[in-house]
Amino acid sequence: MTTDMNADSYVTEDGRTIGPVVMDLKNITLRFGGVVAIKDISFDIREGEIRAIIGPNGAGKSSMLNVISGFYKPQEGEVWFRGSKRPPMRPYQVARQGLARTFQNIALFEGMTVLDNIMTGRLNKMNANLFQQAIWKGKAEREELENREACEKVIDFLEIQHIRKTPVGRLPYGLKKRVELARALAAEPSLLLLDEPMAGMNVEEKEDMSRFILDMNDEFGTTIALIEHDMGVVMDLSDRVVVMDYGKKIGDGTPDEVRNNQDVIDAYLGVSHD
Amino acid sequence: MAQELASAGAFASIPALLARNVKEYGDRPAYREKEFGIWQSWTWAEAAEEIQNLALGLLALGINRGDHVAIIGRNRPAHYWAMVAAQKVGAVPVPLYQDAVVEEMEYVLEHCGARFVICGDQEQVDKVIEVQDKIHHIEHVLYYDKRGLRKYDHSHLHWYVDIQEEGRVAHARLEDEMAAREAELNYDSTCVMLYTSGTTGRPKGVVLSNRNIIESAKNSSEFDNLGMNEDILAYLPMAWVGDFIFSLGQAMWCGFCVNCPESADTLMSDLREIGPTYYFAPPRVFETQLTNVMIRMEDSGDLKYAIFHHFMDFAKSGAGEKYGMPKRKVTTEKKTLEQKLRHGFNYAMGIGFAAETIIENGIRLAFAKLRHGKNVRKHFKAKDPIGLKLYRGNLQEYFKYRCGDVLVYGPLKDTLGFGRIRVGYTAGEAIGPEIFAFYRSMGINLKQLYGQTEATVFITVQPDGEVRNDTVGVPAPGVEVRIEDNGEIFYRSPGTFVEYYNNPESTKDTKDPEGWVATGDAGFFDKKNGHLRIIDRAKDVGKMADGRMFAPKYVENKLKFYPDILEAVVFGNDRNMCTAFINIDLTAVGNWAERNNVAYASYQELAGHPEVVSTIQEHVETINKSVAEDEMLSGCQIHRFLILHKELDADDGEMTRTRKVRRKIVEEKYAPLIDALYGGKSEQYIETEVTYEDGRKGSINATLEIRDAAVVGNIQGMAAE
Repeated sequence: MTTDMNADSYVTEDGRTIGPVVMDLKNITLRFGGVVAIKDISFDIREGEIRAIIGPNGAGKSSMLNVISGFYKPQEGEVWFRGSKRPPMRPYQVARQGLARTFQNIALFEGMTVLDNIMTGRLNKMNANLFQQAIWKGKAEREELENREACEKVIDFLEIQHIRKTPVGRLPYGLKKRVELARALAAEPSLLLLDEPMAGMNVEEKEDMSRFILDMNDEFGTTIALIEHDMGVVMDLSDRVVVMDYGKKIGDGTPDEVRNNQDVIDAYLGVSHD
Repeated sequence: MAQELASAGAFASIPALLARNVKEYGDRPAYREKEFGIWQSWTWAEAAEEIQNLALGLLALGINRGDHVAIIGRNRPAHYWAMVAAQKVGAVPVPLYQDAVVEEMEYVLEHCGARFVICGDQEQVDKVIEVQDKIHHIEHVLYYDKRGLRKYDHSHLHWYVDIQEEGRVAHARLEDEMAAREAELNYDSTCVMLYTSGTTGRPKGVVLSNRNIIESAKNSSEFDNLGMNEDILAYLPMAWVGDFIFSLGQAMWCGFCVNCPESADTLMSDLREIGPTYYFAPPRVFETQLTNVMIRMEDSGDLKYAIFHHFMDFAKSGAGEKYGMPKRKVTTEKKTLEQKLRHGFNYAMGIGFAAETIIENGIRLAFAKLRHGKNVRKHFKAKDPIGLKLYRGNLQEYFKYRCGDVLVYGPLKDTLGFGRIRVGYTAGEAIGPEIFAFYRSMGINLKQLYGQTEATVFITVQPDGEVRNDTVGVPAPGVEVRIEDNGEIFYRSPGTFVEYYNNPESTKDTKDPEGWVATGDAGFFDKKNGHLRIIDRAKDVGKMADGRMFAPKYVENKLKFYPDILEAVVFGNDRNMCTAFINIDLTAVGNWAERNNVAYASYQELAGHPEVVSTIQEHVETINKSVAEDEMLSGCQIHRFLILHKELDADDGEMTRTRKVRRKIVEEKYAPLIDALYGGKSEQYIETEVTYEDGRKGSINATLEIRDAAVVGNIQGMAAE
């Protein structure tokens, strides 16, 4: 690749425009009591890119994602979002800034239908108060219509029309994952965090999911940060990859650079300690 | 009614019919499609505008008279519009099967020399781009669903809506040209070109003229009294002549509404939401639905189970035919008061008895449970309510049927989406007597027809009230049918195709100068009622080594009537006995396995299970008995059979896209198995190459058990005694 990746924005080989930095993490350190989960890590996420975070088990990937989404507050370091330093925030405040995420272990409302679950993703877009909701006229009704339409677009996009009215509890694992993605997407995020979107899937489901992630990035210009274990998927999907091991960053760059990084190879294949 | 408004001659093309519909029914719904969870609809006027814009857009792209426009995609209004738009500018639409693999598509696209291709989505565009490496006459590709196509090279690729917009802008400049081309269309100009499924060899392009389409649509609509109030669900492949006739020909002629499902996966719920009044499905669809109903009934409560079977048995005993069939009245705009009252009365007749049935049987079931515990289902049978005994004869039967209508038939029809069906057709293959009886007894006017692409569908149809399971009806209006000495069926009709595209030899072989067309099927007219009975493909009807008649399809169809058997292939031509390959039905047999605690990991394992093989053996032996009853065909009893380790599949070339077995290919591919069947072995090892849906290949191997089946003694011998 001959493009200058340090420039303000550049165009990738497949014709997508990668913009300036949206999320900049500076010297993050996260401790749980005496355990250091993340040790002085810095990296950035740029507008429109697919950014992968990889690493062996226990490397601190999910913790990193939780720091970004505001679940964990790092003891040290700064989170810069869209050019300003983010003060300590509650997760819902972060969500209002345009961040959405999915979870490693599916966190859906099992008893609700797929459509209702996706509608919960639109909560941030609803402003009608309890009284308006109760009489169901004017604002509440209008909002419901708008939000339903947005959800239907997501349903169409992720090809889950046939399970629209099915309670989530009855769905197989692969579809649940897709519903969770739909819920995140319904929030119209500018930055989408995916925690192991392909864990436990078979090859076909992985292919589908990869296609959805690429299409999402392509159609809506959503910036995506994802954690994934499947190396093949990560290397194919992502523009840049951060590699973590024991809470430290051991590599950062394009998939090719990372693949040839000796530290990364050691971390994955193991190295003799002598 | 459309029929009263016009005689066919005045409207000599589909665009002319469209113009009439805009004038007559401008603000009535013409197309509906479920999109974003809602049924979106277009009136005739709106549809006509969409079509016109696209037609003008195509003109702007430089489409010529006689160009072929290939259309590949699922059933969507936009794709139907594309066909009419092509006709409007003097081009010929060529709908293709959307699930065809690249090689199949390449052959057809090359054969028709298409300059324009209109695709549904990225999947189809990808295939066309791949084809373009080898054939270079495709100039413009249009697509309707934008998704995933943003990054493609758009020098020759256009978004459907952009082209419509271009057409709208160029309206003033091109309108005259379009009007001139539209005016040139007459009864003899080509309406559409459809490719046959290619049961035998390469697909052939069947050229159908406006006369073929419009006359056939007119005759068949009149035959079944179709009007503008019908609703149909367009879900069958667009490349198939039936869909073209139902969703374009008849829809345009009658002015009724065509509904397109949201996706293939939502078909069943969309069917239920629309509740079509006119419906077509191949036997397989009815079969699948019946299997699902039966499986779900197995899982239902004891009372429901007993009542369901009680009333279904009653309906099948002939009551359904007598009391259930919809009245053959043309639906009008609004229900008249009389109709409303009649409906209310019919319902009221049943509802009291229905309540009584539930209460009485509920109490009886409670006692039965005390006695039999968990086995109650085997011992408990539902009974008629006592109140019915007050009546005698026909009146009793009538009330009982109304009662069943409230309890069973009505709700079941509603669940299946058949609540409003006035006319239903099935064709393509023989339908099982059980399945046929099931649907008809519920009061669904399901009929059979016999036809082919070359005849613009209709050769024979069953008139209302003369429906039988083993015949395909009488010649359709305007059709003459003749049977040759060798049993082959010939026909001549206004729907008879013009020619095979670029294939004068095949045209000459099939159609003689007087217009008689050979169907390639063998059959005879039933002496009792004048209905046509089909035995088999004429060329598949062969002779066995000892000269007895060999009609494999006849036996295969009988076998396939068992829910356990999905597909069967019978061999025996020029041999001394018949043998068979059998495919089990995974849904039905899987359900049986679950119920009986039979563990299995794969199709292959289930197919090889000794108990499954024994069940199939019982089926084969029962069939042998029934085949033996038919004097002419008694030689076709199956002596040995095996159960295949994989389903026959179109992706492997073993079947056509319309799921007809390609006998030759199966015979070649599984030659070792056939040798084993005739060689007397009791098992045989086989390795088979399979193609996955994404085009990759793999192989599976298995050792298959071969069994002997009992046959009924020599009929000739018995006759001599």
